[in-house]
Amino acid sequence: MSLDAVTAILLIPALAAALMAALPGYRATARFNVLAALATFLVALSLLFVRPQPGPYLHVDDLNNVFIVLTTFVGFTTSVFSASYIDHELEIGRLTPTFLRFYHAMYQVLMFAMNLALVANNIGVMWVAIELATLTTVLMVGIYRTHEALEAAWKYFILGSVGIALALFGTILIYMAALPTVGEGLDAMVWTTLIERAASFDPALLNLAFVFLLLGYGTKVGLAPLHAWLPDAHAEGPTPISAVLSGLLLNVALYALLRFKMLLAANPQALAPGPLMVTMGLISALFAAFMLYRRRDIKRMFAYSSIEHMGIITFAFGMGGPLANFAGLLHMTMHSLTKSAIFFAVGHIAQVKGTQRIADMGGLTETHPVLGWGLVLGVVAIAGLPPLGIFMSEFLVVTSTFARAPWLAILLVLAILIGLAGLFLRLNTIAFGEPRGPVAAAKASYVPMFAHLALVFVAGIYMPPHLVAWFQNVAKLLG
Amino acid sequence: MRGLTFDIAHMLAGSLVLISFMQLYQDRLYALLNVFAIHAFVLTLSVAWQAYVQAAPHLYVTAMIALAFKAIIIPVALHRIIVRLGIHREIEKVVGVGTAMLIGMGLVALSMVVMLRVTEGADPLAREDLAFALSVVLLGLLMMVTRRNAVGQVVGFMSLENGLVLAATGAKGMPLVVEISVAFSILIAFIVIGIFLFRIRERFDTVDLQALDRFRGERR
Repeated sequence: MSLDAVTAILLIPALAAALMAALPGYRATARFNVLAALATFLVALSLLFVRPQPGPYLHVDDLNNVFIVLTTFVGFTTSVFSASYIDHELEIGRLTPTFLRFYHAMYQVLMFAMNLALVANNIGVMWVAIELATLTTVLMVGIYRTHEALEAAWKYFILGSVGIALALFGTILIYMAALPTVGEGLDAMVWTTLIERAASFDPALLNLAFVFLLLGYGTKVGLAPLHAWLPDAHAEGPTPISAVLSGLLLNVALYALLRFKMLLAANPQALAPGPLMVTMGLISALFAAFMLYRRRDIKRMFAYSSIEHMGIITFAFGMGGPLANFAGLLHMTMHSLTKSAIFFAVGHIAQVKGTQRIADMGGLTETHPVLGWGLVLGVVAIAGLPPLGIFMSEFLVVTSTFARAPWLAILLVLAILIGLAGLFLRLNTIAFGEPRGPVAAAKASYVPMFAHLALVFVAGIYMPPHLVAWFQNVAKLLG
Repeated sequence: MRGLTFDIAHMLAGSLVLISFMQLYQDRLYALLNVFAIHAFVLTLSVAWQAYVQAAPHLYVTAMIALAFKAIIIPVALHRIIVRLGIHREIEKVVGVGTAMLIGMGLVALSMVVMLRVTEGADPLAREDLAFALSVVLLGLLMMVTRRNAVGQVVGFMSLENGLVLAATGAKGMPLVVEISVAFSILIAFIVIGIFLFRIRERFDTVDLQALDRFRGERR
């Protein structure tokens, strides 16, 4: 295989992981982690201009290019945040240098796995990559080794394993469906071949396969009946991992689901995958919105907010059509940026206050103005208030639904409003009022957080026409 | 010859379903591990038979992995972990044996109805294999949800995975089967190492409800 950009975004994290597992100094590795993530991001940007030919294992098209650029970008900013976060964890002795070495190596393995899942042109390779990503995140969630962290890691492990096991069964069924037309061997798992010939596949097998894939990858997306692992995993692991989980890994699982949705859509006799996704998305959004009210743990609260937004995104893609798909893509991008920014703020807040309990923190805008207002801004963005980016994408989702299924749109609006109220109720305690808890100054890096928020803000006001054209193109691709 | 090939593959896959049922009613951990070892051994035979029938030598690798890893190493390792960590040797179940068996029968019937109807056009051998494989997968899931015990859950997951390997080898000429079975082995190895390294025995042994509540995270 010649060395092109696609290989490079896989090679850089893989090599960096190996190197960081070997290097002893933790400060150097933290910096090296940032460098490797930056290099991956820059290479991923070059994919926008030069795109290699699809091979039997790897390919890049308009759809996964969006995901790749987003993943590597948030991966890079999170590594910057992680460097300052980890410093503090070392100081208070929550992590030891040995664990840090492991942590950084795992971070790069996770980046590798996510990139591989995105560029894979082979549904088998994609599955293996998502399994690898699950494994690395399980290890990182359990890294503090408290009872709660182990419990969370175990729960994630068991549910995640069952999820990917079901996804594999679905993958095997897709292969079986492709067998009569494509023939035995590698070709019947290559996505570009599958999509070309999908019209002649056996529709019944495709339907059954999609049910398994929806349940399997849906578990990893965090859709409602299968979401149980998500709040625990977000709350108990290190905060950079919560940011990566919410901002990226959920997207990667959703991407896998979208690929198979396209496959079904290409077969005229197969079941329409849309209604299934709409139902699961709507249930997730409504359920998570109600769950926001009883939350006492700040990270857990934002984990439920992630379930809500993944629900909205799945809903949008389930509705289908150029406008709803466009809205879904935009919402996914905005959610990734905003939610990771919120977790950056939350990570530092939890460090300053020494707890994640909402009741023990208060008056942040007075004691830590930058952090406090950063969080306020983030919550305003995630709740979908104008003029920020999420308002625009939610508005698009709602309006495109209103035109076709007004009842569904009403339910969706209900979920968004309930979620908004729930978030603001808690934000009020955290950010305003009497200061509570320790007030020591925070040693934080604010750049990643505000960079994300600035992007979300700009996107709410002005979208470059290039970007719009690109997203429209992808939306058409999604059918 | 065609008839015999089919019958042997059929018999092996059917035995896997039967052994899955046997796992459902075990109430001692050691006995469960022994039954699982038999499950893995029958899977080995089944995969090897498929390798012979399809003339696909790479499937012998999958068979060897199943034999060495799942029939020998993992049961022995789990056995030792149970001794070393002093885990309770009885399996706590959520529902009674009778109910579990009835649900299991329902699941097998369901997978037969679904798979046989859906795969009418496919090769008869692959068809039967897929139906049995789905039964094994669903029975594995049932085992996982009806066990409170971590080792019990892991065994449930492994037998679920055996079902997946059965499906993958039954699908004629499927690529990456070896890679997928390696990936699964790594996953299981991680789970087992995790049990041991984290010494999460408290989580699986405790009958103290307060301690369990604390683990749920939010009742603090």
